[in-house]
Parts: sequence; structure tokens; C-alpha cells
Amino acid sequence: MAASNHLDTPAGQTADNIIGFARALRAAGIPVGPGAVIDAMTAIQLVDIGHRTDVFTTLEAIFVKRHEHAAIFAQAFDLFFRAAEDWKQMLDSVPLPDQAKKKPPPAARRVQEAFSQGRVTETAPAQAEEARVSVSDQEILQKKDFAQMTAAEVAAVTRAIATMTLPQAELRTRRYRPDAKGLRLDMRRTLRGSLRTGGDIVDIHKLGRIEKPAPIVALLDISGSMSEYTRLFLHFLHAITDARKRVSVFLFGTRLTNVTRSLRARDPDEALARCSALVEDWAGGTRIATSLHVFNKLWGRRVLGQGAIALLISDGLEREADSRLAFEMDRLHRSCRRLIWLNPLLRYGGFEPKAQGIKMMLPHVDEFRPVHNLKSIEGLIEALSMPQPHHGLIRSAA
Amino acid sequence: MTASALPKSVDAMLTLLSSRGYLAERSLATVTYLSLRMGRPLFLEGEAGVGKTEIAKVLAAGLGRKLIRLQCYEGLDVASAVYEWNSAAQMIAIRLAEAAGDTDREQLSGDIFAERFLIKRPLLQALEPDVAGAPVLLIDELDRADEAFEAYLLEILSDFQITIPEFGTVKAPQAPIVVITSNRTREIHDALKRRCLYHWVDYPSAERELAIVKSRVPGISAKLSEQVVRFVQALRTQDFYKSPGVAETLDWANALQELDARSLTPQVIGDSLGALLKYQDDIARLQGDTLQKVLKEATSES
Repeated sequence: MAASNHLDTPAGQTADNIIGFARALRAAGIPVGPGAVIDAMTAIQLVDIGHRTDVFTTLEAIFVKRHEHAAIFAQAFDLFFRAAEDWKQMLDSVPLPDQAKKKPPPAARRVQEAFSQGRVTETAPAQAEEARVSVSDQEILQKKDFAQMTAAEVAAVTRAIATMTLPQAELRTRRYRPDAKGLRLDMRRTLRGSLRTGGDIVDIHKLGRIEKPAPIVALLDISGSMSEYTRLFLHFLHAITDARKRVSVFLFGTRLTNVTRSLRARDPDEALARCSALVEDWAGGTRIATSLHVFNKLWGRRVLGQGAIALLISDGLEREADSRLAFEMDRLHRSCRRLIWLNPLLRYGGFEPKAQGIKMMLPHVDEFRPVHNLKSIEGLIEALSMPQPHHGLIRSAA
Repeated sequence: MTASALPKSVDAMLTLLSSRGYLAERSLATVTYLSLRMGRPLFLEGEAGVGKTEIAKVLAAGLGRKLIRLQCYEGLDVASAVYEWNSAAQMIAIRLAEAAGDTDREQLSGDIFAERFLIKRPLLQALEPDVAGAPVLLIDELDRADEAFEAYLLEILSDFQITIPEFGTVKAPQAPIVVITSNRTREIHDALKRRCLYHWVDYPSAERELAIVKSRVPGISAKLSEQVVRFVQALRTQDFYKSPGVAETLDWANALQELDARSLTPQVIGDSLGALLKYQDDIARLQGDTLQKVLKEATSES
């Protein structure tokens, strides 16, 4: 930053324009801090302001920090600096503080509408009456199927899920930290310690490997056939997002939505409301193959590194089950450390994988588990915190 | 004091890059120019093989600066990225001091943790003054390092200084030119990106790719180079798991040269496809109809 100090910040129209533009970007959902605005003002003086594409690239390099935002930025830039040759007109289009809310560029409208809608469509369990649960109630709840619960019971289960903790400890990383039982010699600390006694080595300090929980990537089916379960799974995923740092959550029905950032909100209801605002295909059809394809292509390589465990939560009822589904499942299976398929249909004792889609998917999973009641979720948590083999099928009983 | 002065405008930057055989899009030249002028690290993301690493090399060569490269990998730590104490030499020094009957502890500890016992790794080297001017520091494939390492970079990238507990703070007299690349195998934290100028390096347009092939593959015929570029561009519109980058295009053009191919035929494509597509599924998909279709597109107008 020191290097840019000799440049004065611009005054007048250019500054106003940049501030106004930053505000518009913020409204459109791109996080733009005041630091970035100052940078933009410094940078804009270094390029020829009459050269539109240079100005575009300059502002883009500063305001856009993720590739996903590039499209929104381009739209916003076009709208905001429509008449690039006419500075006066540009100034008119600056949303001033009181107008800011009334006149966001259309690029933002979609985002904003979605946000406000989310709060309205918010339903059921959150408002359900507070029901104190006794110990025996708890036991009944443990085994009751999520699909058959009343609103009050759902609320109780939600609270139970929120208190679940994930035991830590898992993958060994390649990083080291001081550890008395470690195997590596820590020369640096040993030497420094020995200097205190004038050069005799007294204490041997050692290093051991740091252990870290494996990242989790959850793919949750939100199609109509799963609708009784999705909400509770979202609560569950919120609970583990809170406890672990590296959890990515994707929802899919007919399209794939990344809701990881929304789930980071502390309050579960707020997190879920944000999720539902993002998703456009609640309780609709299912296109597992298409969704998995999109995931594999766009996200797989970005979130499945570092030995991630993939959780696929779906009933596997796919209409158009064909070889593409098997292909995408195979790719998903090969890109993660472990693929666990959680299927609520497995609650039926005599469940046979007859549906075409399920038959296609089953050969490619490492573990096939039921998740239809509190007990099975607890089982899952245990499974997640056990040191695990790399691949290999475990089929757990219902 | 610099071997060659920093470019004064975006056009000068473009000229500098192309004089070294790097044909950049104007947007990339603009961002690079800004990063030099503002003293900010340049953060480049994009698919593999689009020339992210290359730009640091070209920049170093073009400006006559030293290139210091830090290749990231899982488990990269301070000892291999920043500095390490040469313990063996330190122990010898302690023994020598003892033999000489030197027992002043303060004195000894000052002697032991001196610069001559410090093994400098890339990041520390990059902060050292250089006669040719501040070096170009390339932090390659940052996404491969652990998250913990990113946090360490924050101090270096914002203040260009490193604190060594036993020794003190080392500060660069002149900020190095920093280029960071990432293949997005995971997301880099926003705190780090915020300190950088971000740019997404895209596949080049057909026209530019043709110019790149012609300049990088000497002796290639106009006809073949045009067909190669059209073929690759057509492939990128197909839904492959990994689309070929510019590096693959160049590899393939070289391979075709070696095979003495005059123009693209299904036979010669089949023989050399391994230079272009690196996934078995993708190669399998390109057999038969898709190949015919793409090939027709590539050879139709020539």
C-alpha cells in the first residue's frame, strides 16, 4: 500500500462515480469494502479514463474477487456506465444515498427479490410451539420417522440436532506441531533450549503431525419426493457447518445450488431462510444425473480435494435413469475419498434397490446408510468421526 | 538501478509482453500494469494451461529481474518456504566455542542466531535487495498449499516483511513483484484475495491462439496451424471434462510437426490425441461422430 501513497485520490465526478458504482455492486450482491473503493480510485488514475475496456478491467480486477461474480460485474458496469462518453449523464445515474434503495440496477433486482421472498415463504417448524421434551419423549423421538412427525416434534428434533457435536480428529495432514510423543526431531527448539545451558543438549523436542477433520461435501436432494426430510437435513448440515470449518453444501432438484455461504449464518433459522432464498426449485422434480454432471464439472475439483468425504442425500428416485447417471456417479466416487449415500427409503426393512436409478448408483458408493430418524443421524455422526478406509462398500442395516 | 524501467502505459506493457513471445489479451496486460504501478500482488486464476505461470517468467525476463519461484504443495511449511536455521552448522559453532573456552551465554546465542546460519528459502530471498531491482516472486498453484499457509502469506503480501523470532524483522527495501496463481482446486480465502488484484485468465480467442501457435511453434505451415486452432476451439465448445488449454494446443501442434502432418486427418488425430486430451472418458467421447463433426468444422473453410 505504501507504494500507492504518492498518488492523490481523485476528486469530483470520478470519485462520486466510483463510490456510486461500488454501492450498486454491493446492492447486486458483490461484497465491496471501503478498502477496495480507495484502491479503485488510485488505480483509475493510472489508466486512460477514455479507454472503456481498460477502465472495465481495472475496476474488475479490484472489485471482483471470485470468478462467479464476473458476470454480475459486467452487467452492472454496462448499466452504470452506459453513456461512457457523456460524463454528465453518468453522474445522473449515480444512485445517491436516498435513492440507492429505489434504483438498484436490474442485475441486483434478482438477488434482492430472492432475498425478500425467502423471508416470506419461511414456514412451519420455526414457529411451532415450544414443547418441552421429557426423557421418555426423547426416546420415542429417536426412532420415529421424520416423515411422520408433527410440527412440535419436528421442532424438538431440530433442537436435538442443533446440540449434536461432531467429535474431531481425523485425517493426518502433512504439517507438524510440537508434540512430546512425535516422531520428528524439532532441531530448532532443541537447539534454542540447549543454549540456555550453554550448549549441552538437555531436552529433545519433537514434532508430531497435525490431525484435522476431513472436509465434508454434502449434496442434498430437495425434490418433491424428499420434501418431508429436506428441512431436517438442512438443520443437520447447518449443525455440522457450525462445528467444522470445511463443509460445503449443495442442494439439487432440477438444478444445482451452492448454499455453503448461506449456511454459515449462526442462527439456524436465518441460515435456512437464506438457503431457501437462493434455491429456485424446491420440491420439484429430480434430475440427479444432470445435477451431478454440473457438480463434477464445476465444483468437484474445487471442493473435493484434501481427502473430502462426500455425502449424497437422496432417495435415488430418478426418472431418466440411464448410463449417464452411472457415469457421473462413478466420476464423483473417483474424485472423493469416500462417498456415503444417505437414503431415507432404507427405513423399510425389506427395501430392495429395484428402482432403475438406485441400481445404477449403488455400485459406486462406499457406504449406504438409512437416515430417517434421529437414531440414524447419530449413527451417521459416529461414522463420520471414525478413522476410515479409503474406499470399499459398507452397507448398514436399516 | 533497475535493469529496465517499468512500463509507462498499458500499451507499453503489451509491447513488453509480446516482445518476449507472450501474446496477452489487453485485459491481462492492464491488470499486470496496474499491479506493477500499485505495488499490489497479482492473483491469477483460470483453467490449467492458459499461461498463468508463464506471465511471471516473461515479466522477469522482460524487466531483467530475478525470478524466484515457490511451488506450493500440501504440507508446505515455514522451513521450506521461508527460512530454516542450519542446525548442523550451529552445533559445530557451539562445540568450537566450547573448545575455545568461551562460556558467555549471551554472546553465544547472538553468534548462533546470526544471518550466516540462516538458510533462506524463496519467500525470504524475495525480500532481499537485488542489484537488478526487486525480484519477481511467483507463488505457483497456491491452492495446493494448506489453508494455514495462506494466513502466513498475509503478513508478507501486505507489508513485505518477515518476522524471525530469534533474529528480528526482515523488511524488503523495495517490494517484490508478486504473481500468485491458482487452479481453483479449492477456494482461496477472501482475506488473501482482498490484498491482490484479481484476474481470471480465460482461453484465448481463435485469432490470438493462432498468433500464439505461429510464434511458439516455428516452421508450422499456415494451413496446419489454422486447422489446429479451429479444431481446439471447436473442442472447447464441446462438453468435455477437461477442455484443452493453450499449453495443450502448443504440445499438440508440436506433436503434429514431429509426425510430419500436412493437415488434420482422423488417422493423425487418433495418433496424437494424447497430447490434447488427458482423460480417458474425454478421449473415448471424441471417437466416431463427434470427431467427424469437429474435424469437419476445423477443415471446412481451408
